[in-house]
Amino acid sequence: MAEQTLVGAINQALDQALASDPDVILLGEDVGLNGGVFRVTDGLQAKHGKDRVVDTPLDESGIMGTAIGLAIAGMKSIPEIQFEGFMGPAYDQLVNHAARMRTRTRSAVTVPMTVRVPVGGGIHAPELHSDSPEAIYAHSPGLKVLMPSTPYDAKGLLTAAINDPDPVLFFEPKRVYRTFKEEVPEETYEIEIGKGKIVSDGDDLTVVTWGASVFQALEAIDNLPEDVSVELIDLRSIYPFDMDIIAESVNKTGRCVVVHEAPLTCGMGAEIAARVMEECFLSLEAPVQRVTGFDTIMPYYKLENEYLPEAPRIKKGIEECLAY
Amino acid sequence: MPHRTVYEAKIEFLQILDEDGNLDKKLAKDTLSVDDVIHLYEQMRICRELDEIAFKLQRSGRMGTYPQNKGQEANAVGSGLAMKKGTDWLVPSYRENAALFMHGLPMHYILTYWMGDERGSKIPEGVNITPLSVPIGTHMLHAAGIAWAAKVRGEKDKAVITYFGDGATSEGDFHGAMNFASTMQVPCIFYCQNNQWAISVPREQQMNSRTVAQKALAYDMPTIQVDGNDIFAVYKAVSDARKRAIEGGGPSFIEAVTYRLADHTTADDARRYRDQNEVDAWLDKDPLIRTRKYLESQNAWDDTKQQELEDRAKRIVKEVVDAAISIEAPTTDEFFDDMYKTLDPSLVRQRDTMRTSSLGQNPEQAGLKANPAGASR
Repeated sequence: MAEQTLVGAINQALDQALASDPDVILLGEDVGLNGGVFRVTDGLQAKHGKDRVVDTPLDESGIMGTAIGLAIAGMKSIPEIQFEGFMGPAYDQLVNHAARMRTRTRSAVTVPMTVRVPVGGGIHAPELHSDSPEAIYAHSPGLKVLMPSTPYDAKGLLTAAINDPDPVLFFEPKRVYRTFKEEVPEETYEIEIGKGKIVSDGDDLTVVTWGASVFQALEAIDNLPEDVSVELIDLRSIYPFDMDIIAESVNKTGRCVVVHEAPLTCGMGAEIAARVMEECFLSLEAPVQRVTGFDTIMPYYKLENEYLPEAPRIKKGIEECLAY
Repeated sequence: MPHRTVYEAKIEFLQILDEDGNLDKKLAKDTLSVDDVIHLYEQMRICRELDEIAFKLQRSGRMGTYPQNKGQEANAVGSGLAMKKGTDWLVPSYRENAALFMHGLPMHYILTYWMGDERGSKIPEGVNITPLSVPIGTHMLHAAGIAWAAKVRGEKDKAVITYFGDGATSEGDFHGAMNFASTMQVPCIFYCQNNQWAISVPREQQMNSRTVAQKALAYDMPTIQVDGNDIFAVYKAVSDARKRAIEGGGPSFIEAVTYRLADHTTADDARRYRDQNEVDAWLDKDPLIRTRKYLESQNAWDDTKQQELEDRAKRIVKEVVDAAISIEAPTTDEFFDDMYKTLDPSLVRQRDTMRTSSLGQNPEQAGLKANPAGASR
């Protein structure tokens, strides 16, 4: 078993999917010869050919729309949208076509497509390269939305997404693309979509987060006094999401802090807080606390760390929730 | 010399059967036999009957909004015959009913769809069509993708045709689809039914281009303008494009000049924006009239046959209407059950408790159960 970065684990999952199924096709801007702007698809065109790892015209809606057509015809298309900020032109195809095709044809026509999109801030990128739009798509019935934070989870969830018979939006937190390596099995494996995981056990408070914020939350927890015991949940799947793991934890701890990079209002934190109210009301010792981005446009990178829920702000949120 | 012409082009127009039913025999060579024409004429007449009855169903409150195909039937039947049933794909807009029927869509599905029921889009197994597309100009990308799959898989006898109107060619996705299809050289036929109107906006206000066909020049795509009310010209243009497609010649564009004789939909009143004289002039170019004239000139048609056909059309359409109206009412489970192949537990809860809980959540869950007021809802 070799150690992989997030980038390496995703590359390996794509490589194995291409090798095992002739119907798998990768398409997107610069994904072929150049291996993608983050090199996630590095080497795949050389190995699997230009017909299967395809450099497309620069047209996000075109990429999404033709990927839908490929999938309707029975292929497993894996389009890449280069940055989450470029999802705008592809939104109509994804939400109004891919997401609806199964139900509007009562399952006669389906779209087994996995859309890969780098997501989130923290890498000093230009504007429209740092947003976190996961709640928009979680609010769009017919899609599944994933955001793994570790190499192991990324490989298993991406493989599950590719094998899933429905359209899946696979967000890759670019801030942790190369920050660390971990052991990733060579063989193919799946992680079930819709399941979160406990990153660290605790009894006093539950932190729910996903993507790059998992590591900010870990840092915040590390900086708390030793007698404070926090349970950290990496949600991994944004829709469907694992309410059982959250409810079980919050019913135990009585306190919940939700952390995400996306703006506060109508973010996933709002949905999780509402569900915690429904399922853990009598266990709660404090209101659910949210530590998130603000209801502002994501600032350019000079101020991005002021916007992002970094470890000190998460620590403050935890302390406030504990002190309630 | 540095100043030179680097690109020149022309757009050809094709008409084989004129408005009076006269056939250009030379151009008609290797196109439609008299039997073919009879078949297509029957299809057009049956589709016209369905169209008229659909209008009445809407007006009598038994169906929602419906877009009539009236006047454009030659496009559907000519192209429908040229494409290979069961092999090729049809990626329609919503004014190609007859082509869909010719390729295996049961006729009552169209009415079921416009009666507000998704089962009208539950395309039967083995029928290679995508559902009607109500948003304008977004589905041509799917056609390009389906054709791309055929190319990648080496399915050499498979081509795709996608239909859209003149207004759709203003959309960005139209150009995206043309560019993708051209760049990837996929077996896709772009069939524009230029019916002169995008609801209330005439073609001249839709674009400054003199023809729609010339838009394909930007993508170096073979392109032609045809008389869309002439089944011979439509059949020939689509047959030529299909042949090119399956021989690896890539995509083609066809602008079919036709006319929407009816309102945009039953929710529209075209008298608000177009001159009746214009409509009257196009009534004379009706594809049914000229096709009948041609058949009569070949001694292949007479009043008796016409009466038989009209009786048959009425019979068929009555059965279609009965099938659409008598369909079992859909259950509320249906709008949950096809959201995903496998439903997540939260969606199952919403489905199973939608009538018993205001939240659509499980009333047995801990918090609600402990709160009698919550649990009773």
